[in-house]
Amino acid sequence: MNNRWTLYDPRLAWMLVAPVLLLLIFFLVLPIAVMAAYTFFTFVTAGVETSALTTANWQEFFTDSYYSGFLLKTLRVGAITALLCGVLGYFPAYFIWATSFRHKWLLLLLLIVPFWISFTIRTFSWINILGEQGVINVALLKMGIINAPLPMLYNEGAVILGLLHFLLPYMILNVYVSLEGIDRTLISAARSMGCTSAQAFREVTLPLSLPGLAAGLLLCFVLAAGSYVTPQLLGSGRDALFGNLIYDTIMSELNWPMGATLSIVLFLLLGFFAAIYTRYMGMSQIVKGLGG
Amino acid sequence: MKARRKEEGRWAWRLTGFVTLCVYIFMFAPIVATVILSFNASMFGGFPMTGFSLQWYAKLMGNEAVLAAFRTSLWIALVTAAVTTAIGVVTAFALVRFEFPGKQALSTLVILPALVPETILGVGLLVLIKAIDQPRTMLLLVLGHILLAVPYVVLIAQARMVGIRRVYEEAALSLGASRFSSFREITLPLLIPAVVGGALLAFTISFDNTSASLFWRPAGVETMPTQILSMLKISISPEINALGTVMIVVTVGIPLIGGLLMQSLTKLRRRSEPKEEAR
Repeated sequence: MNNRWTLYDPRLAWMLVAPVLLLLIFFLVLPIAVMAAYTFFTFVTAGVETSALTTANWQEFFTDSYYSGFLLKTLRVGAITALLCGVLGYFPAYFIWATSFRHKWLLLLLLIVPFWISFTIRTFSWINILGEQGVINVALLKMGIINAPLPMLYNEGAVILGLLHFLLPYMILNVYVSLEGIDRTLISAARSMGCTSAQAFREVTLPLSLPGLAAGLLLCFVLAAGSYVTPQLLGSGRDALFGNLIYDTIMSELNWPMGATLSIVLFLLLGFFAAIYTRYMGMSQIVKGLGG
Repeated sequence: MKARRKEEGRWAWRLTGFVTLCVYIFMFAPIVATVILSFNASMFGGFPMTGFSLQWYAKLMGNEAVLAAFRTSLWIALVTAAVTTAIGVVTAFALVRFEFPGKQALSTLVILPALVPETILGVGLLVLIKAIDQPRTMLLLVLGHILLAVPYVVLIAQARMVGIRRVYEEAALSLGASRFSSFREITLPLLIPAVVGGALLAFTISFDNTSASLFWRPAGVETMPTQILSMLKISISPEINALGTVMIVVTVGIPLIGGLLMQSLTKLRRRSEPKEEAR
């Protein structure tokens, strides 16, 4: 027993995790703490602020409908994207799980490949589909169905489409992982007891795959609501989301206290959703989904 | 009645297959369009195709800004992959093998960088260095990328680590190996798939990173994604399509070749050690 203590000495564990722990403290915990303090700093002029404490930033945030408008739009876009991902992502996940196709790994690999392709490239590639000289417009013009190119780019629909394109693999993999965890004999049992395949799906498969679906919804919602590049490339100025607002406040207006306030708002809000989720589902499903 | 039910089941399955096909087309159509357009002879970055040409690739090779951004991104990604893999793997080792106070909190904390939006991480770090009056440096950018990649490497290594039984290490230790050499000789070789997988993922995470890099990069430094972003602000030229295609070949080709290499390596090893236990 004595030997075991020296073998798995907690002090050695601390030494092993020290580099990652320091990184997390100095690059994650401390920045968020400092940012929280910054929300009470006084904005003087672009790029200049004093540490005189004030609640002006928070007052401005809560009274100016400009900010709440941005917030509501961001939450709406995030929710629509997550729900569409859930609906569209469930089918492929179920298909991959249930198919008798021998090269299932190929279908899974094709879902992972987009993760390797630069996000910026995947996003701008939609311009080649939706743009004035994109596939759809050129084809419709050639066929004589339309006379002038349809304006499909630079609106909220295009932003949601781009987010959907980015987030679908996350959703499909999350649902697939939880489907893989289902004991298939349960479904056979339901069938042998007289369930139709639809009933077996509704009563057994669907409820058991809900944790994966919920993890996927949370992940898609959080990532969509925090996005910056997609609205920048596929949306017009009106379609900017909260991430763009934060970027502009800090990088263009140089209003650091307000930028910090907006970041903390987004952080708390998304954290709130994540907390509700983990309260009911636990962290394990997200961990599985992220680890692939 | 029963026949009708069966018919319904078949239609449901067909619908599932159809939606799946549509989703896959949706996933890949824009990428395919981009690759095709990169060979377009036309002056404008769009359809219709006017002829086959490699001129945009030639132009790309002469674009000094793009080449500089590519070199910057490449070395940042290489450093990120190396460091993240090293510190991530030992962290996973400690998290799986050891019991220590705060272990649960640490394993939650370690996946946070993957869940917190990059914009928030980006602003946070900037506010911190502004508060202590430090400039943005390359070191900051690299450490930031390491932070973003750490959760994935730790999760991958942890998943693999759980499957390695500790008796192997303990046997080596009881035979007189030091802690370090038992890790190097026993644990690390068994962890190799996770090490390679984690390093590749860390590389692509760093090489792809856009939002956080926009905040963290030192003045005047462009990484590949930020360079593409600033090129897109001007116009969609076929050169960008060519650049996109090169990037796709690099970032998809490297992991694919790595994966195939790993597979053939393990096959070779399996053949030479036929008695390896089935997991």
